Amino acid sequence: MSSAPAVPMIQLAGVSKQFGNGQAVLNPLDLEIEKGEFVTLLGPSGCGKSTLLKLIAGLTSPSSGTIRVDGLTPKNAREELSFIFQDPTLLPWRNVLQNVCLGLELEDVARDRRLKKAGELLELVRLEHVSTAYPRELSGGMKMRVSIARALATNPRLLLMDEPFAALDEMSRDRFNEEILRLREEQKWTAVFVTHSVAEAVFLSTRIVVLAPNPGRIHAIFPVELPSLRAATLRTTPEFDQMAAKVSRSLRGAIAG
Amino acid sequence: MKRWMLHVANATAVFVALLALWQAIIWVFHVAPYMLPPPLAVAKALGLRLPLLLNAFAITAQEAGGGLIASILAGIAIALIFAQSRWLRRMLFPYTLLLQTVPIIAISPLILMWVGAGMPAVTLIAFIISLAPIIANVTQGLISVDENLVHLFLMHNASPAQLLFKLRLPHAVPSLFVGIRIASGLAVIGAITGELYAGSSRVGEGGLGYSILYASTQLQTDYLFALVATATVLGFGFVFLVMLFEWYFLHRWHESAREFEVD
Repeated sequence: MSSAPAVPMIQLAGVSKQFGNGQAVLNPLDLEIEKGEFVTLLGPSGCGKSTLLKLIAGLTSPSSGTIRVDGLTPKNAREELSFIFQDPTLLPWRNVLQNVCLGLELEDVARDRRLKKAGELLELVRLEHVSTAYPRELSGGMKMRVSIARALATNPRLLLMDEPFAALDEMSRDRFNEEILRLREEQKWTAVFVTHSVAEAVFLSTRIVVLAPNPGRIHAIFPVELPSLRAATLRTTPEFDQMAAKVSRSLRGAIAG
Repeated sequence: MKRWMLHVANATAVFVALLALWQAIIWVFHVAPYMLPPPLAVAKALGLRLPLLLNAFAITAQEAGGGLIASILAGIAIALIFAQSRWLRRMLFPYTLLLQTVPIIAISPLILMWVGAGMPAVTLIAFIISLAPIIANVTQGLISVDENLVHLFLMHNASPAQLLFKLRLPHAVPSLFVGIRIASGLAVIGAITGELYAGSSRVGEGGLGYSILYASTQLQTDYLFALVATATVLGFGFVFLVMLFEWYFLHRWHESAREFEVD
C-alpha cells in the first residue's frame, strides 16, 4: 500500500436506490474507496448501509448512478470480492472443510488445490481440529470462523462484511475484531464493513462513513488516525476514546436529522 | 438390563394384555366366532394360510411400492417445475390439493374402466393418492432456501445447475422425507383400497385388499383378521423402511433425523 493505486477499489458516482414503489432508500451519493482501506459504514437502521453493500456486490442494481469495483462493473468484479453475512450461512449438509471449499468449488478450482487452500484457511482461523465436523456441532463463534475462512478462501481483494459479529456477545466480538485485523495484515484485502457499533468501527477502520437515515445519505466521513497495527490495548487509550466520542456525536446528529 | 430390552418388555406386556382382554370379551359376552374369532383361531389362520398371506402381501407390497416410487419421481419432477416461478405455483398448486381431496374410492371405478383390473390399476391408485404430499413438501423445500445462501452462490458466479444441485436440492432433502413419510402410509392405504375395486384380473388371486373383500364375503372372519394383521405389518414395514433411509441420509447434519436415535 505504498504507491498510490491508479484505480480506486470502489467508485460510487451519483448512486441512488429506490424500492419498486418509488420510496427512496438511498439518496444519490458519491464515495471512493482506495485499495488497502478499511472503510466502515456506520449508521442507524434505515440508513441503507446494507443496501449500499449489496449494490457494491452487484446483488441489486442502483436506480441511478454508476458503480465501479476495481474499474469493473460489480458483476464482472465478482471474482475479486467475497461477502460475509450477519449469519454464518453455512450449508448444514456439508462439513466444515467442504463448506470452506464452496466458493472454490463454484469457481471450478481443481479438487486437490481447493482442499489444500481450505486446509490453509482453516489453520488461519484456528479450526483445523474440527474440519470434519458438521455445522450443527459447532458453537456460534466457530460457525462465524468457518464463514470467514470460506470468504477468504477465494483470495478476495475486496471483502464486504454486513454486520458479521452483531449476533455475538461483546467479548467474542472484540476477539473477532482483533482476528479480522490479524487476517487483513496477512492478506492485505480492502474491506467495507457495516455495523452500528461505534467502538467496533473505530477499532477496525481507516475511515468511517456515518450515514443518516430516511432516506439514506452520507452524514459525515472520519479518517481514523490511529496506529495501523492495532492491538486490544488500543481500546483503553485516550486517542481511541476521543475518536469514539467524536463519531458518537456525529451519529447522534445523523439520527436527529 | 439394557434400555431397549425394557422397551420391548413393555410393548410385549401391552400386547399380551390386549390378547387377554380380547379373549375375555369373547368368553363373557359369548361372541360368535364369525363375528369375532378368538386370538388362537386367528393365530391358526395365520399359520395355515401363510403361503396365501405371503402371496397377498407380496402383491400389495409391489403395488404400494411401485406407486410410491413413481410418486416420488413424479413428485420431485413436478416440484422442480413449481419451484421455477411463483406465478406457476399460484396457477397449478390448487390442482395438487384437488389430487389430495378427491375421494380415491370415487375415481377407482373410472380407473378400472380405463386401465382394467389388476396390478397396474392398483399401482396407479397408490400413485395418485401418494403424489400430493411429495409435490407439496419438495416444492416447499426447494423454495425456502435462505436468501443469503442464494446471494452467496451468485457472488461466486454459480450456474443455474450449481444452484440446483449444490443448494436447492440438498436443502429440500429433509422436506422430501417428510413428504415420503406421509406418502408411504397413503400408498399402502391406496393399494389396499384400490384392490377392493380393481383387485384382480383373476378370481381368487390378489393382494391383501382383494383377499379381505373375499374373506368377508365368505364370512371367514379368522382369515380376515389374519389379513388385517398382515396389512398392518406391511404398513409398518413401509414406514420403517422410509425412516431407515431418512436416518441414513440425514443423521449427520439434520435435526429431524436425531429423533430416531435411541435415547
